[in-house]
Amino acid sequence: MDLGPYLLFASLEGLVHAAVLSLIALGLSLVFGVMRIVNVAHGEFFMLGAILTWWVSNFVMGNPALGFLLALLIVPLVVGIIAMFSDLLILRHLKYDPEVTIIATIGILYIIQQFALMTFGPDARPVEQPFNIRLDLYWFGFSAYKFFVIFSAIILLFCVWLVMAKTKFGLILRATQLDSEIAQAFGIPISTVYSLVFGVGAAIAAVGAVLIVPIQQAHYLMGGEPLLLAFIVVIIGGLGSLKGTVVAAMLIGISDGIISVFFSPNLAKILATLLVVVVLLIRPNGLFRTIRI
Amino acid sequence: MKKILKANISRRKLMKGIASVGSIVAMPGFVSYSQAASSSPIKIGFQVHRTGIGAAYGRWYDRTTQAAVKIINDSGGINGRPLEIIAEDDGTDPKRGAEALEKFANQHDCDVAFGTLFSHVVIGSAPRAGELKLPYFVVSEGHHVASGMLNRYTLQPGITDVKSQVQAMAPFVKDNLGKKVTMVYPDFAFGHDHRDYFSAAFESQGGQIIAKVPIPPTESSFSKYFPKIPRDTEVLYHVMVGPAVLTFVKELGEFYGSKGPKLFGFIDSVEAVDLSTPGLEFLDGSYFWEGNPRYAQANQTDHDKFYRNAVGVDSNGASVSDPKDVSTYAHMFGCWETLHIIKKGMEKSGYSGIKDRAKLIEAVESMTSMPLSQAHPQGAKIFNGKTHQTFGHQYITKMTNGKLVLAHTTSIEDTFYPDEVDYTKQSF
Amino acid sequence: MRKDLILHLSALSVLLLLELLGIFSEYHQGNFARILVLAAYGVGYNILFGYTGLLSLGHALFFSAGLYASGLSIYHLDYEIGQSIILAIGISAFISSLIGFLALRTIGVSFMIVTLMFSQIAYLCILYFGSITRGDEGFVIQQSSRIFFSLDLSNPTIRYYSALLIFSLCIFINLWIAKSSFGRVLVAIRENSDRALMLGYNVQSYKLLSIIISGTISGFAGACYGILFGYVGASFATVSYSIFPLLWVLIGGAGTVLGPLVGAIFMFYLIDYASDITDAYMIIVGVSLLIVTLFARRGLLGELRYRFFKWIP
Repeated sequence: MDLGPYLLFASLEGLVHAAVLSLIALGLSLVFGVMRIVNVAHGEFFMLGAILTWWVSNFVMGNPALGFLLALLIVPLVVGIIAMFSDLLILRHLKYDPEVTIIATIGILYIIQQFALMTFGPDARPVEQPFNIRLDLYWFGFSAYKFFVIFSAIILLFCVWLVMAKTKFGLILRATQLDSEIAQAFGIPISTVYSLVFGVGAAIAAVGAVLIVPIQQAHYLMGGEPLLLAFIVVIIGGLGSLKGTVVAAMLIGISDGIISVFFSPNLAKILATLLVVVVLLIRPNGLFRTIRI
Repeated sequence: MKKILKANISRRKLMKGIASVGSIVAMPGFVSYSQAASSSPIKIGFQVHRTGIGAAYGRWYDRTTQAAVKIINDSGGINGRPLEIIAEDDGTDPKRGAEALEKFANQHDCDVAFGTLFSHVVIGSAPRAGELKLPYFVVSEGHHVASGMLNRYTLQPGITDVKSQVQAMAPFVKDNLGKKVTMVYPDFAFGHDHRDYFSAAFESQGGQIIAKVPIPPTESSFSKYFPKIPRDTEVLYHVMVGPAVLTFVKELGEFYGSKGPKLFGFIDSVEAVDLSTPGLEFLDGSYFWEGNPRYAQANQTDHDKFYRNAVGVDSNGASVSDPKDVSTYAHMFGCWETLHIIKKGMEKSGYSGIKDRAKLIEAVESMTSMPLSQAHPQGAKIFNGKTHQTFGHQYITKMTNGKLVLAHTTSIEDTFYPDEVDYTKQSF
Repeated sequence: MRKDLILHLSALSVLLLLELLGIFSEYHQGNFARILVLAAYGVGYNILFGYTGLLSLGHALFFSAGLYASGLSIYHLDYEIGQSIILAIGISAFISSLIGFLALRTIGVSFMIVTLMFSQIAYLCILYFGSITRGDEGFVIQQSSRIFFSLDLSNPTIRYYSALLIFSLCIFINLWIAKSSFGRVLVAIRENSDRALMLGYNVQSYKLLSIIISGTISGFAGACYGILFGYVGASFATVSYSIFPLLWVLIGGAGTVLGPLVGAIFMFYLIDYASDITDAYMIIVGVSLLIVTLFARRGLLGELRYRFFKWIP
């Protein structure tokens, strides 16, 4: 393929990647920013979203779009509730101590993973695309559904921004994020906010999962890699910055695609990883820091 | 089965707890215990990928193994003793694999160890097998055994290795598909074996490898690598492993539609994948290497019928209880055949207990021809005792109307290559 | 003698006696040999995390640097065991000073990510240079190369004593650091690095030194692991092997000398016994981790120290 179309193709692929990544990272960033804890089980909530989507779409007969829409409604809700329960039952009692929370969320990770293995099995299972249209872009083919993924992610990110910037709930979140003690003094029920944030964070990751499953299959180990990437995105973007998260996700998604055009695949991975290091060494607090760590 | 075992173990543990291993043997009670062992079960430690990236293979390796053990036990066991499988998860991790072997040898007093597919687990475990003097029968298809990297206690008698498989494909690809090949393979040792051995064999046939596209093992989306495939590619040789294989083939289809080069793939790319999955229609007309044809063929042997039935696989290669649960048919026969080889080896050597392990290995090393039979449903094989590696027929199938139909069967000779090691020269 | 010295000497004596009196079955002897070397890795990790308060997610890099330095020099260059270990120590000291120098430009979570990324790069490099490293499959260090001054290190008893020696060496270094003024500065940095800075300590160079010591011990443990167990592979460079020492240290008790050992024993036997009971052993592991965090959040040894024995270093 000629360089021009190849770059276009790699950028498009990178965009799809970036779209889903920014959703997962957004969920992590919310939890990280507001509660100041690293949720190692975040990737497992993403995985849970994917396998639940598979179940829902298998349950609904007929047009795959129907199952997909149903999954888009139900799955984030279910995942969010599960996450809230794990907060109520466990994390709350740890007083959100950052180090202890790491072990606890590793424990949750094991439990979710084993549960998925026992019920869903070790196979990667596909979910049919809600619409199966292959766009022939002259030089290469591209699935119309992938455009839909990019589009949905943009809308969702916009909605999150609206909530954060324009609603009372957003205000409460921002206040808690800046200083939870003062927020509490002003009568904000911190523990309820924390549970909600933990649930919403997982639910956003689950939305990302619903969107990606028709492209990448559901598998019980699929949570590991997105967790690492999302983690990187959050740090590079700067903790607590929605804009930063999106920019960093684009940077990582697209650079991964573009670098792979010019170098052998494994070398490209090495260089893309190195890029992250360089960014952080130059700007240790991320690109758009809004709160102090 | 595990419960009975527990009772044994805890008793033994207790004994070991009160005295050192050396003094146990001297205890009067122990002697009568080991004499009574003549009718006790033969214990086979089964290393299995229950978790980790190999879990899809592990589950079917497990089912095949259980089926083979049942058949062997129903027909009287080995030397009148029943077989007992002691399964241990290796987590598809080399360190855990080695620990599993220690557990088999020292905790469960297994007679032999067996199992496991992923090469790095085998290579990580094999040194321990050698040190523990525990015969270790692997079903991994890696070239690690025959390359001389391992030791006298590690054998691969039930499945051909990747070097054989790959070189046997070269003539067919050149004669039937095209002379300009691009290879897409995972960028780690398994893929590198494909790259090196196929390109050597193909080029010696007068073909040409025009591009090599390695895919990083951590990758979960593949489209961005496909433009690296040159336009004048006549044949695309693809092989992929791990949980992302379905994404790989689907994206390949999306990228090329119906306009792409001819496809020749290793079944690994779609192993355990339901071929009627939407998005895989483009594979129709493409060719696959299969270790053992997934779909029951027109010339199906009675032995394959028997084996398929015993494991619980239907004529489409899926579980009889769930048609969506597709087996790893191209590889798992190795477990069945290996267990039958262990049986034959034990019978031949008059194996009576752990002290006869070396005799067992010598007995297996002396095996050569293994004819097509109930014990070898995949086909006849020739075992090379020096390299501890078996050689056998390879199958090439063509996807026709959603099913894989046999197009070519290679001879056993096609898989031969010069010996790279003589394990029989190593001491026990 | 000091109380803490007595404690650690008696812990080591117990480990020695277990072997001398033949109380170990062969199986547990093998397990403990493995655990001791891994605990030595944990000790290295603990110096940076438990004492200095820097959370690294990239220690697999140091472990595998030692593993591969010794493994490759034996495999390709026919080095003797002693030479290869010295080389491994040198290389891991060099790599940890380089990584430390760069990564210390960041703090907190950025430090975690930078170390994680460096370790990821190392993992990818192992795969990239597959023709030398044999990639993910790794390679075997043959029994014939694993002889140290005519001691066959693949012999279970010799292996156990070697592992115990390696571990003892590491904890004495740790004990010495914990009691030295250097160690006290590290703890001061952990508790409040701004204050340490104000008191006139060059915090950056203390941190750097801590990374170098930590990384070198980890590399040493890696080299010993490869030599004692005969296998070198890329799986030891994956993220999991950066998380393991963190887990051992947190479970055993961060900033306690014996914590990594307690944590490693706990994790190993937890998985070992759980997998005997059920195939779904990961659930048991997960639940146990939750129980530990809920009821012993300072780690097992850390909790003991907090409640009863304030003097444990």
